[in-house]
Amino acid sequence: MGAVQHSGADARLDEARRRVEADTRRRRRQLLAPTLIVIGVFGLFPLTITLIYSFLSPGVYGGVTWEFSTDAYVQFLFERDIFDDTLSFSGTYLSIYGRSIGLAFGATVGALLIGFPTAYFIASKPPSQRNFWLFLITLPFWTNLLIRTYAVLLIIRDEGIVNLSLQSIGLIDQPLTILYTDFAVFLGLIYSYLPFMVLPLYASLEKLDFRLVEAAYDLYATRFQVLRHVIVPMAKPGIVAGCILVFIPGLGAYITPELLGGGKELMIGNLIALQFGGSRNWPFGSAAALILMVVVMMSLIVYVRYAGKEGNSHG
Amino acid sequence: MAEPRRKMKDLRKQPGFDFMAWFCIVFLYAPIVVLIIFSFNDNRSVVRWTEFSLRWYYAAFDNEGIRNATIVSLKVAAVSTLFATTFATMAALATTRTPPFRGQMLSYAIINQPLMIPEIVTAVATLSFFSIIKQLTGVTGIGYLMLAHTVFCIPFAYMPIRARLEDMNLTLEQAAADLYATPIQVFRKVTMPLLAPGIVAGGMLAFVVSLDDVIITLMVAGPGETTLPVYILGQIRRGITPEINAVSTLLLLLSIVLVSAFFTLGNKKK
Repeated sequence: MGAVQHSGADARLDEARRRVEADTRRRRRQLLAPTLIVIGVFGLFPLTITLIYSFLSPGVYGGVTWEFSTDAYVQFLFERDIFDDTLSFSGTYLSIYGRSIGLAFGATVGALLIGFPTAYFIASKPPSQRNFWLFLITLPFWTNLLIRTYAVLLIIRDEGIVNLSLQSIGLIDQPLTILYTDFAVFLGLIYSYLPFMVLPLYASLEKLDFRLVEAAYDLYATRFQVLRHVIVPMAKPGIVAGCILVFIPGLGAYITPELLGGGKELMIGNLIALQFGGSRNWPFGSAAALILMVVVMMSLIVYVRYAGKEGNSHG
Repeated sequence: MAEPRRKMKDLRKQPGFDFMAWFCIVFLYAPIVVLIIFSFNDNRSVVRWTEFSLRWYYAAFDNEGIRNATIVSLKVAAVSTLFATTFATMAALATTRTPPFRGQMLSYAIINQPLMIPEIVTAVATLSFFSIIKQLTGVTGIGYLMLAHTVFCIPFAYMPIRARLEDMNLTLEQAAADLYATPIQVFRKVTMPLLAPGIVAGGMLAFVVSLDDVIITLMVAGPGETTLPVYILGQIRRGITPEINAVSTLLLLLSIVLVSAFFTLGNKKK
């Protein structure tokens, strides 16, 4: 009798627990639904449309006509002769990807060279001052990228403040042409994404145990050796994260090359945007966008592999 | 006592690092400062200072294009902030206030998706998708732009709200539940007041991000839906005008004020 009652209580307890769990699950579903639906339908699903569009034929006034075609991808590598329809290899678009990768990579290295000392400098400040420095680094990130790029344009123009001051101190006679060059785009990319480099670097360096630095000096390490063998290895996760965060948006940059490259110096972002604007070849634009995605994914994989390997060899 | 301490500090230093740090700050701020200063210049020039004047600000206020674009920007930012913050708050409650679940990582990945894909790709994908919907339904309007903004504002609103929830002590909510408060009462009387600063912070970030967007808006916006940054881009392409310097300064200052408020809000809780 007692045993039966006991198992009855158990069953009721189980039942109650199940009901609470089911309730939790239902509540969670309800809470998550709006976010997941909005991002899923209007953020993720459109990417499938891009994939489909890349295999269609362009419409006359933009848009697409629903005919299967691999022209978008063929056009990426080959040029079709208008008279006899033969294909010949053309590196035009490939070179745009190449230059974009080169510029984004250069900007990443540049940002690392400026960002690492800055992050280290902040991490070695007393904790009470760090927040203020971080605020100074973060603030530009939250201000309008277009306006910041425009501000750079204003000072590097031929008649900008940089050239005028160089001329007035007699360093140069003729204004240096900086604007509308690759160098301007490179400078602009560093300028745009530098905060992305500093913040993850700081996050790793903040955890640096300075007793290790001291120990290294006790063992007669030079400053450079300390940097090379103690500080940099400890900052590795931050370096990897920072490089990804600069490289990826740099690769897809639109505003920087548009304003500072003057439209002559095309990068992938401008090429894609052009296809949906003036040149009106949506399938080709879609294909170019997907190829950009593939490059981004590949660089992510390379970084993750590299970071993983380095981590193992040190661990 | 003082001696080894000073030595410690020296040991932390690396040659040239301090210089690079100051260079970094100058590099980040010099262009912005020049823009702000010369927006108050009486002259058309952005190089030679003549006299302090607000004439370009008056000119900007008188400019109908700028006025309309500002209204569109504020409308879009307000609506998408409202939706993004509401959805993000719900999602943050679901991911922090229920036990770990299958698909949690997937949920995180979906919430952060707008941050991981290059903006230009999102822009053209959204444009393609919306053009299909427009063709099928015939519905047009500014709603599409607001929807696109809501999508990329959600992760920005989500981050501070989730951080706030994770920092919050669960015991208060448990105590309330022990005292027979219903889940709704717990939420209204305990969770919500504690979470409010996080929600405000998330909302401000969403607002700033929406206000700053160029690429997605450029692609998705229909005629008459030009936002302020898109208008500014169009003007810059045509040439540099002092009015644009004035408007840019205002937009810059608005972001700076909002983000500074965000930081003060974040520091207060500590």
